[in-house]
Amino acid sequence: MPDSQPTCCQEPEVDFVVIDRIIRDEFGGRREAMIMMMQAIQRRYHFLPEPALHYLSQVLEVPLTKIFEVATFYASFSLMPKGKHLLHVCTGTACHLKGSGGMVRHVAAKLGIEPGGTTPDMKLTLETVNCLGACAVSPVVVFDEKYYPQATVAQLNELIETVNAE
Amino acid sequence: MATATSTAPELAWTKKISAPQELAQYRQTLIESIDPSTPCIRVCCGTGCKAVGSLDVLAALKTAVAAAGVDVKVVPEIKRTGCHGFCSRGPLLTLQPQDLFYQRVKPEDTEEIVRKTVVGGEVIPRFLYKPPGSKEPIAKVHDIPFFAKQTKLVLKRVGRIDPFDIRDAIADGAYQGLAKILTEMTPQQVIEEIKVARLRGRGGAGFPTGIKWESCASQPGRHYVICNGDEGDPGAFMDASVMEGDPHAVLEGMAIAAYAMGSDRGFLYVRMEYPLAVQTLTAAIRQAEDLGLLGSNIMGTGFGFKASISTGAGAFVCGESSALMSSLEGKVGRPRAKYIRSTERGFRDSPSNLNNVETYANVPEIILRGGQWYAGYGTERSTGTKVFSLTGNVHNVGLVEVPMGTSLREIVFGIGGGIPNKKQLKAVQTGGPSGGCIPIPGKFIDINVGFGKLAEIGSMMGSGGMIVMDENTCMVEVSRYFINFLVEESCGQCTPCREGLTRMREILSRITQGEGREGDIEQLEEIGQFTNNFSLCGLGTSAANPVLSTIKYFREEYEAHIRSKKCPAGVCKPLYYYEIDPDTCTGCGLCLKRCPAGAITGEKKKAHLIHQEACIKCMECYRNCKFDSIRIM
Repeated sequence: MPDSQPTCCQEPEVDFVVIDRIIRDEFGGRREAMIMMMQAIQRRYHFLPEPALHYLSQVLEVPLTKIFEVATFYASFSLMPKGKHLLHVCTGTACHLKGSGGMVRHVAAKLGIEPGGTTPDMKLTLETVNCLGACAVSPVVVFDEKYYPQATVAQLNELIETVNAE
Repeated sequence: MATATSTAPELAWTKKISAPQELAQYRQTLIESIDPSTPCIRVCCGTGCKAVGSLDVLAALKTAVAAAGVDVKVVPEIKRTGCHGFCSRGPLLTLQPQDLFYQRVKPEDTEEIVRKTVVGGEVIPRFLYKPPGSKEPIAKVHDIPFFAKQTKLVLKRVGRIDPFDIRDAIADGAYQGLAKILTEMTPQQVIEEIKVARLRGRGGAGFPTGIKWESCASQPGRHYVICNGDEGDPGAFMDASVMEGDPHAVLEGMAIAAYAMGSDRGFLYVRMEYPLAVQTLTAAIRQAEDLGLLGSNIMGTGFGFKASISTGAGAFVCGESSALMSSLEGKVGRPRAKYIRSTERGFRDSPSNLNNVETYANVPEIILRGGQWYAGYGTERSTGTKVFSLTGNVHNVGLVEVPMGTSLREIVFGIGGGIPNKKQLKAVQTGGPSGGCIPIPGKFIDINVGFGKLAEIGSMMGSGGMIVMDENTCMVEVSRYFINFLVEESCGQCTPCREGLTRMREILSRITQGEGREGDIEQLEEIGQFTNNFSLCGLGTSAANPVLSTIKYFREEYEAHIRSKKCPAGVCKPLYYYEIDPDTCTGCGLCLKRCPAGAITGEKKKAHLIHQEACIKCMECYRNCKFDSIRIM
């Protein structure tokens, strides 16, 4: 993975050399590996930029509709750019029982966005995830890939304040 | 996430194992190279412990050992292992040869542990586990009820070996089963052995594995062996732990299955939310290929089996066999009608055998020790053991393996240690979102957990998620939660599932918001039965189980919501509020300090007050009050 990853904000310039390397070198241009190619593109840009999908369609000779079908079917794909920080709240059953649903509603209300949405200043994206398998320490919140076991509403407030203070 | 830098050793220089007998010799040299008196510290690096910082503990331990290097006579071995199982006590360590169990270890404690326990041989009491309600700490792993009451067949290597080092697994017996079938068994004999074991699929449906293999093997054409690692049930992490802790058991099981069915190609479909499992499996495949235990011409016998990993993209329905195969082909995962089974035409329209992670992990032991031996565990109809992930409102949250037919009482109280905070057990949910809630008080606590029994009472085995619910769980809200989950995850191609679920969610949301109407319960039952009877795939035909089972056993709770507009458990926000009982409140101020909304006021040592207009009902005060003074009204 290259070092200079764009992490946020405006639509990034799509580097077709990188996309081509993903499609042909990493996955041998196989149609069956399309989902994994799209995952690799999303790891690079944090969402699926449309030009990249056009290119994918041309190389694999798969109609663009089929690619959008896959992009919208699977929950992990996003067609919208993500914020600079990612806040994942686990809403698996164990976390749900310990009140993670209320946490999601609290953050959503505080930021004025829906789960899955991004603040207008592109600083923070709030997402829910079905289960992280860390049920023992529920409720779990993951902020920028750091786990917060047994998270509390107060902790979430702190995280949001640090983001806002930036 | 502190991504694990793979510690996988380079084995490419090692001589390939070129005959099955050589594996036994190689194993012998590996065993001889280990001095049993060498201290060994095993650090649990499963997902649960990683979330509470076990990787930092691992690094600190290594530093501490290096720093103490001069004084240490024998340098202890430090192993990063898969899940030890006791997730609620993480980060965990076990120390050999003393067989000690240390829990809740922090990086700054490691220096002391190395100095006192490893070098000095002294036990440090504050890291020992105390069972709930007891002041006596238990030092040894095998004396702790949580471990002592389990029977580990699938998990026997998980938590003991370093999943990134194949030599550890081989020393512990990995690939012996594969060597055995390649030297002394025909494919038909392998299938017979699995049939004698009466092994049933661990993914949920419980289809007899031997019969599935036989019907797949009888088909013409190229065969595929596929492993379902798309553990989508929220609250379940058994398969993750097996893949993370002992990837070789799964790979060996797949290779044996491939041999039995005349296949040379396998795929593992793993959830993308399990990055660690993808890492351990990738390393395991590479190392096994380097040693000639997988790939072409395995152990010089001419039999070849190539395994590769595919990651899912977050769709629950892809756990269904035909959807999974479609997803493997890079398409959307929509199930198809199964008048033609995937054992006839599945992946790439070829005969494909799909089993769950745990099913494959059972296979090597069955081959090594015989189907008869395996069938000795469990019950007549459900043989062997089952791994459960025990979560929710229970003391000992973690990974539990017990023989089939063990009672719920034994699992929840014997192993799980009962319910925390002096609460009452209300229900146990099994089978994931399409399973059911089993009501406990008096009724089913002694029910034996097996495929048949759970189905009889309206739940199902599922893949092994077991979620314990206490009296503060609202069953209406739980069923709304699962239906909401299924609405999002339904692929939407068949009407009963798509529309049935959406309508049920509408009604359930209304009820939980205090707008329930007479007749709602009957309508839910009608829609639920229709959805279950007429949907296309396994997801739809069990989708209404959470609603139907909660109505069956907790009808009065639905009625309380609809008629009295009350949520007895204190979960549905518009239907209750918190109040502080002035008689028992000591004015300790804890709730005031904890309240994130600033909704509590009060002077020290005087009864406090909750201001309803500011309260966000986050439960912080309720959960933390030491005097039980917060009341649900």
